[in-house]
Amino acid sequence: MQNLQVLSFSRSTIGKKVIMAVTGVIGIGFILVHMYGNLKVFIGPEYFNAYSEELRELGAPIFGHAHALWIMRLILIASVALHVWAATALTIQARKARPDQYAVKRTLEANYASKLMRWGGVVIFVFILYHLMHFTWGNIHPDFIPGEVYHNLVVGFQFLPNVIFYLIAVSLLGLHLYHGGWSMMQTLGILSPRYDQAVRRGAAAFALLMTLGFAVVPLAVLFGVVK
Amino acid sequence: MKLKLRIWRQANADTQGRFQDYNLDHVSADSSFLEMLDLLNEQLIQAGEEPVAFDHDCREGICGMCGVVINGLAHGPARGLTACQLHMRHYKEGDTITIEPWRAAAFPLIKDLVVDRSAFDRIIQAGGYVSVSTGSAPDANAIPIPKKNADLAMDAAACIGCGACVAACPNGSAMLFTAAKVSHLGQLPQGQVERHNRVAAMVRQMDAEGFGGCTNHGECSAVCPKLIPLDVIGQMNRDLIRAVLSR
Amino acid sequence: MSPRTTPWNLDDLHTTAAPLDGRVPAGPIESIWDQHRFHMKLINPANRRKFTIIIVGSGLAGASAAASLGEMGYNVHNFCYQDSPRRAHSVAAQGGINAAKNYRNDGDSIYRLFYDTVKGGDYRSREGNVYRLAQVSNAIIDQCVAQGVPFAREYGGLLDNRSFGGAQVSRTFYARGQTGQQLLLGAYQALARQIHAGSVQMHTRSELLDVVIADGRARGIVTRDMRTGEIQTWAADAVVLATGGYSNAFYLSTNAKGCNVTAAWRAYKRGAYFANPCFTQIHPTCIPPAGEHQSKLTLMSESLRNDGRIWVPRQAGDSRKPHEIPEAERYYYLEEKYPSFGNLVPRDVASRNAKMVVDAGHGVGELRNGVYLDFADAIRRLGEDVIRDRYGNLFDMYESITGENAYKAPMRIYPALHYTMGGLWVDYNLMSNIDGLFVIGEANFSDHGANRLGASALMQGLADGYFVLPYTLGNYLAQAGKSSVDSSHPAFAEVSSEVQDKITRLLAIKGRRTVDEFHRDLGKILWEYCGMGRTAAGLQKALTLIPQLRAEFWEDVRVPGSAADLNQSLEKAGRVADFFEMGELLCLDALHRSESCGGHFREESQTPDGEALRDDAHFSFVSAWQHTGDDALPMLHKEPLEFKYVKLSQRSYK
Repeated sequence: MQNLQVLSFSRSTIGKKVIMAVTGVIGIGFILVHMYGNLKVFIGPEYFNAYSEELRELGAPIFGHAHALWIMRLILIASVALHVWAATALTIQARKARPDQYAVKRTLEANYASKLMRWGGVVIFVFILYHLMHFTWGNIHPDFIPGEVYHNLVVGFQFLPNVIFYLIAVSLLGLHLYHGGWSMMQTLGILSPRYDQAVRRGAAAFALLMTLGFAVVPLAVLFGVVK
Repeated sequence: MKLKLRIWRQANADTQGRFQDYNLDHVSADSSFLEMLDLLNEQLIQAGEEPVAFDHDCREGICGMCGVVINGLAHGPARGLTACQLHMRHYKEGDTITIEPWRAAAFPLIKDLVVDRSAFDRIIQAGGYVSVSTGSAPDANAIPIPKKNADLAMDAAACIGCGACVAACPNGSAMLFTAAKVSHLGQLPQGQVERHNRVAAMVRQMDAEGFGGCTNHGECSAVCPKLIPLDVIGQMNRDLIRAVLSR
Repeated sequence: MSPRTTPWNLDDLHTTAAPLDGRVPAGPIESIWDQHRFHMKLINPANRRKFTIIIVGSGLAGASAAASLGEMGYNVHNFCYQDSPRRAHSVAAQGGINAAKNYRNDGDSIYRLFYDTVKGGDYRSREGNVYRLAQVSNAIIDQCVAQGVPFAREYGGLLDNRSFGGAQVSRTFYARGQTGQQLLLGAYQALARQIHAGSVQMHTRSELLDVVIADGRARGIVTRDMRTGEIQTWAADAVVLATGGYSNAFYLSTNAKGCNVTAAWRAYKRGAYFANPCFTQIHPTCIPPAGEHQSKLTLMSESLRNDGRIWVPRQAGDSRKPHEIPEAERYYYLEEKYPSFGNLVPRDVASRNAKMVVDAGHGVGELRNGVYLDFADAIRRLGEDVIRDRYGNLFDMYESITGENAYKAPMRIYPALHYTMGGLWVDYNLMSNIDGLFVIGEANFSDHGANRLGASALMQGLADGYFVLPYTLGNYLAQAGKSSVDSSHPAFAEVSSEVQDKITRLLAIKGRRTVDEFHRDLGKILWEYCGMGRTAAGLQKALTLIPQLRAEFWEDVRVPGSAADLNQSLEKAGRVADFFEMGELLCLDALHRSESCGGHFREESQTPDGEALRDDAHFSFVSAWQHTGDDALPMLHKEPLEFKYVKLSQRSYK
């Protein structure tokens, strides 16, 4: 039997899947915090603006101004990059592994969530860039005022097509989290058959919660609950 | 009954394949799917045409030799059955049946519906065994094995190596096949000594053969004629991670 | 050459005067194998690499032999016609494997396993071989467990056993209903390890088409690469055939479609003796054919007879549905005729009685070709859940094949050909009468006599491959030395051109009928006249019909396609051509052996109760047939059978 050393983990399919799972966990952590932060918008403009400002003081006094935030951003950027790299590599490999398609296509177990992982992932990635340009850099925002987070948000979501894009993106994110959440457990091998159904339901509940949590803010703005 | 068949015909790997339509009459509802193909072939031979090449042997669902994609499903519509066990009473007068070979880069086509699955053998050769030479075994009852582990090992060991999992996977992945063997031997005390090396060697070979990765669709397990559960893949992943962490 | 259409003239039958010697060493039976091994010549491990061994077939016997010899350091080439060695038909054995472990503490021993096997074989096997088989049976279980074969276990973690036909002890080890598969995968994995190590070279999709013998020694084989059609020659220092049985001569059998007699038959035609071809085994519980389209038969575990009751309508020709037939009009023929054993009589008795009632017009089902196996009583008594628990997978299988629910209506069953005890003659060392040609597993004739007990086929295949051949083959090579002949020897060119000619000839006939049609017709002749019940008149008829049909085959068969690629019709044609010749020898042997024994039932020779009646005075020998030419009657060699340890008796199941 071959020695273990010859297996290059990151080059193996499973290694790439593990990279996706681990970076996915980091992503989920970020998304959870992000959604929690978003919901603070309902408390009021002052609170919300202060929250976004104080994020920069996270970890003080050990960390200096915006240091902790930047460390987190770097980890996040690296995670997204690795996640996208592994997904791309695996997709290319899958295409090579199945060059010819069947004339008649039928599936038994696959669902929208699992089928939309790749294209959904692409849309989510494009959305992230859009979202950054929209609310972080403001270069596509109609009336961007640095530091005035509440204002930027309310103005940004008064534009209907923008809200629709956000809703599509968070729905896809929900599907991505549903299949990804369960997949991650499978990839990391922490799924016991006994809990399989529970984990699937848990992933579905979490995904739904995230989708609703993100969708509620633009909808609230659109319908004038937040103004 | 009367059927319309659309069958993939390809003389060899170097030529272009295409679908050929056939009308087949007098198919008995009691015949098996492969017996239906026999009937077609008998007629083709008598008409001076070349019969459709397809792999088959035991015709009772255990050798793993047969396997075609029938109307988009590997081994056809019945769960837990191979193509040879599928019977024509699943179909009705006038049905159109499209029959295609397993499609995967790692299973190069040989002729018509026959593909080369030797990649599976090479995955086993890479490490899918316990290294015990003839004569060196201790008494069979020297190591008790909990019934639960023996049963789980048997569940995984039931794999017949037919390749339906690869055929059904949109990524052409051999994870279910490989994991079934990793899981079978991993459940048993005899398999522990080489457990880490085994999983690493087999996964490496699986990748080298050009199979794709797993995206957890579950199509493999759904078409598996032996109903190998998807969680063997989770177990293989765990074994590989442990193997890498402990090296 | 125009094929012979006339039957053999049986008056020409010639028997050699000198008895054939099985070369069983002298001495007390308990110690001859040990003594024999001690006296064997050995080959230095460093020198083994220089010896090339060809093994044809990758079933239990072939794969275990290839793996073991590879481990020892020989240079092994293993051939199989399937796309992977894991698919050999051993994979289909359901029941289990016997061993004399006595884990149940129920009085089992090597001696008892030996005794049961000789008795079960109706006293037509060689005592020395059977004793050795029983001796090594325990090591097989050890080996398989160490390989990771997931045998059934009890809650305490130790191995479970079940009881099986022909034995009063529980000595059968099993892995659900897939014991053959799991044992084969164990051997396949051991083989895979050697392939990886480079000591075994595997040749898949390669079919043996002939054996090369020169100067009295097996020198190699000629194969056809089934993908490309290339005819290849392989030279070796020894050739091992592990190519299984010939049940498929009957067209419908439980064997895999590809199983064939070609390897054994080619060896026979090159001088190896074929022993006891008429010893064929019929399994009573198979699903009856559903029509002309039927391509093979499926066996269902005999365990079904533990709870099912076998019956047919008392009135011949009764076409009512089973539930419409009142109890009084049902004929529970086994229970009536054999009150003490009832539905659990041995395989051959159950099979013959089914044939009798079906022939008498009592058959059930649309084609009137089966008998009922009824679980209604058992379901009433035990409940459907218990029956489901015991036989659920079999009921499912029955439903997937027949579309009938056996919980609601009785199953229909009928016997089918399923194992052949006969095969190439071998001596105690498993070597044929040709030097360097060894035969193991079902392909040889050695251990089962006239009838094989359940769970013994797996035992024999693995015994031969793991624990007998590796010794005896080494002993042979140590004495005979390396073969001085390589594939440039003219014998190879000669045989390979004969092989080529046969292929060319088959393709050139371009007749009207397909290979399968001929095969089906041959099967009907054999099943009718040489199946469960055989008579002199019937066998003579078969011996007239077969040459005629064979001649027709060579004039009217249509083999499409070319020789230069994957051509399944051509593969079949070659195999069927050999079945045609082999079938004739099968009938000749059945005609010659005018006694009944085990699976060979001559209607002329039965007890007043209708049991098989042996004629020990005249037939206590192995019939070993020697080929003497395409048209000539084969010559008969007799190996006398002596029973020093087992007492001969007449079976009775009343």
